[in-house]
Amino acid sequence: MSSNTPIPRDTLLARLREILPDDCLIPEQESQRPFECDGLSLYRELPLVVALPETVAQVQSILSCCHDLGVPVVARGSGTGLCAGAMPHPEGVLLGLSKLNSILEIDPLARTARLQPGVTNLAISQAAAAYGLYYGPDPSSQIACSIGGNVAENSGGVHCLKYGLTVHNLLSVELLTVEGQRTTLGGSGLDSPGYDLMALITGSEGLLGVVTEVTVKLLPCPEVAQVVMAGFDSVRAAGDAVGAVIAAGIVPAGLEMMDALAIQAAEDFVQAGYPRDAQALLLCELDGTAAEVDQHVDAVQQIFRSHGASSLRISSDDAERELLWKGRKSAFPAVGRMSADYYCMDGTIPRSQVSHVLEEISRLSEKYQLRCANVFHAGDGNLHPLIMFDGGDPQQIKLAERFGADILQLSVAVGGCITGEHGVGLEKLSQMPSQFSEAELHQFEDIKHAFDPALMLNPGKGIPILKRCQEYRALPGRHSHD
Amino acid sequence: MTDLVPQLAARVSAAMADNTPLYIHGGNSKRDAIGRDCTAEHSLDVSGHRGISDYQPEELVVSARAGTPIRELEAVLAQQGQMLPFEPPHYDGRATLGGTLASNLSGPARPWLGSIRDSVLGVQLINGRGQILAFGGKVMKNVAGYDVSRLQAGALGTLGIISEVHLKVLPQPEATLTLAREATAQDALKLMTQYAGQPKPLTAASWIEGRLYLRLAGAASAVNHTARIWGGENIDNAFWNQLRDMSHEFFAKPAPLWRLSITPTAPCSDNLDQCIDWGGAQRWLRTPPTQVPPGAHLSLFSGGDRQAEVKGDLDAVQKQLQLRLKQSFDPAGILNPGRLYSWM
Repeated sequence: MSSNTPIPRDTLLARLREILPDDCLIPEQESQRPFECDGLSLYRELPLVVALPETVAQVQSILSCCHDLGVPVVARGSGTGLCAGAMPHPEGVLLGLSKLNSILEIDPLARTARLQPGVTNLAISQAAAAYGLYYGPDPSSQIACSIGGNVAENSGGVHCLKYGLTVHNLLSVELLTVEGQRTTLGGSGLDSPGYDLMALITGSEGLLGVVTEVTVKLLPCPEVAQVVMAGFDSVRAAGDAVGAVIAAGIVPAGLEMMDALAIQAAEDFVQAGYPRDAQALLLCELDGTAAEVDQHVDAVQQIFRSHGASSLRISSDDAERELLWKGRKSAFPAVGRMSADYYCMDGTIPRSQVSHVLEEISRLSEKYQLRCANVFHAGDGNLHPLIMFDGGDPQQIKLAERFGADILQLSVAVGGCITGEHGVGLEKLSQMPSQFSEAELHQFEDIKHAFDPALMLNPGKGIPILKRCQEYRALPGRHSHD
Repeated sequence: MTDLVPQLAARVSAAMADNTPLYIHGGNSKRDAIGRDCTAEHSLDVSGHRGISDYQPEELVVSARAGTPIRELEAVLAQQGQMLPFEPPHYDGRATLGGTLASNLSGPARPWLGSIRDSVLGVQLINGRGQILAFGGKVMKNVAGYDVSRLQAGALGTLGIISEVHLKVLPQPEATLTLAREATAQDALKLMTQYAGQPKPLTAASWIEGRLYLRLAGAASAVNHTARIWGGENIDNAFWNQLRDMSHEFFAKPAPLWRLSITPTAPCSDNLDQCIDWGGAQRWLRTPPTQVPPGAHLSLFSGGDRQAEVKGDLDAVQKQLQLRLKQSFDPAGILNPGRLYSWM
């Protein structure tokens, strides 16, 4: 079990070599660099060793070995996460699951897909397309992100207002406990016996177990999908238009907002034909049968016009629809071209607060003298401010982190939360007390303890450890490895 | 509308101190069903803690105290043209919000619009230490901390007293239409899975006493167009309320009643006394099947021996995790002991 004395690296390596072939282990620091961080590169660390198993049995043996030796384990999918949740532990094993990337089965009649955890999100829909089916949640990183990582983070995407988050689209999950014991959560039907551990595991950031297989629900591809794009002269007008669409009883497949800076960044990057002069842009996707989409496109157009849309465009075919989405889905890299570094926040707020929150963010932008572009899952209130800064300037890093923390406090203050879909990881650990009381944090800790009493799975992430403070640092600093 | 949370929490703290377990209940509409008989001698009535605490139609979010009757809640939503997506049973008006979440009960729309587990955004909970805790919130997406809100679905109150629930609601569909036709159970099952794979506004598919029932709901244009293609006799939508509330005559027969949760494509026999719901994923049975396939879940819904286990077996690994989880919320074991499993 765990002790304060780190296990000699050689002992660990010798044990792992009994489990894995040499080409599945990366002990050398130079070769570990690609694994030192996830999508949030502010936080970096190198592990003792990177293990890249090829079978579930190997994963089991690795967990069992680490449990014996008291070595921390950090599971990693594709490393596209945005909260430093997959940052390695300096005294632990980084367990990369990307080689477990087979689509095991697609059952078109039951509308399910059984997957290894390393299968990418987009690959599911691509494989299901042959049967007229697709997988609903579509995070912007869907080309690269893995379904195992999606389960760990409860990932969303632009379509979750209508089709739900990862947790709504799972049927069962195979889980290995910290000891390496295997169990299946969920089932082939919609209900399973006892507590809904599958719901608890979803979004638990690799703190409760390691997911080695996922069965997802598939949806029939809609007959038609169209995007209505509208530019507005103010964020407030666009926000009101969003409320009016919902009030009209329409549930769009996707409903996204971008502010002026995000519009310009995206337009410079992909030339989607966004109105450069607009202060806010709405993208509203409507899907369903042909007749239904016609009806809803008309209704949404009228709503946008009556709320003062300065420009309107409706996708005429799938290519145009994809182009309009491409601008939105590329917003992060697009902002990356405007600034050496950017810091993406993830608060969720009540929709009605969007104008107020964006005005506050604009004020904070002045205060910290850092630019901030905003993309917003307007349908479900999930805001992604992208704070631009220069990572080479320590002062700017500090300011960006303070700016980000202020935005999260603001999200909680207006009745929202600190993270809608990116997770807490290491990054938002110090903001957890702004959303949760000490008793609530203790309850989280007790849950963690029920699954992982020695705190060996992804220690130091997700939930602050108050009672058993082996790993907890009050404020995560910037980590660099010398 | 008195806030009873401080009293409820005090009762739990006292029960913990005296080690006197509590049977927690709302409208008592599910007392003799779903779970086992609770072994606690003392009961704690939550039904007085009721009322809608916040409702923002434009946010698609409603918050209500646990004792709020489902019927009352739905009536308020209907005034704004909205609804609970998961179509919970009313049980003559006695079913409450807290009990519905604790039992994870959902109606025929389950495969398409989810269960209460899928709609819950947050809860206020009194754990077995008498602490008043809040998890989740009133926004659509929230991944801070573990999802303790959804964990309450189906936990039968064994992890805490649910005192308030925040839910996502949806606009009522513009049009709803029910189609019925004669079919054997096997043929009905085939049609259900076939139709469910098509991008049509299907929101319920059931088979009961020789007839297949399909519900179409959504934009009027889509509903009418699909009805023309699929065909069948157009019947009253009230059928779904009978199915939801189990007031249909199929459910009036003597107990026991078994519920099988299974993949919708699992074969069925034509010679069974059964009702098929959820597009094939839920089978109501009068006699238990001789074999339950892996991944399916059989439970004794009502009647029969309610001192024996009524939920499906768990493997040793999961049993241990579930027991430890229970202890993390309720270390003294005073909340609904024995209700979910004899050992819990």
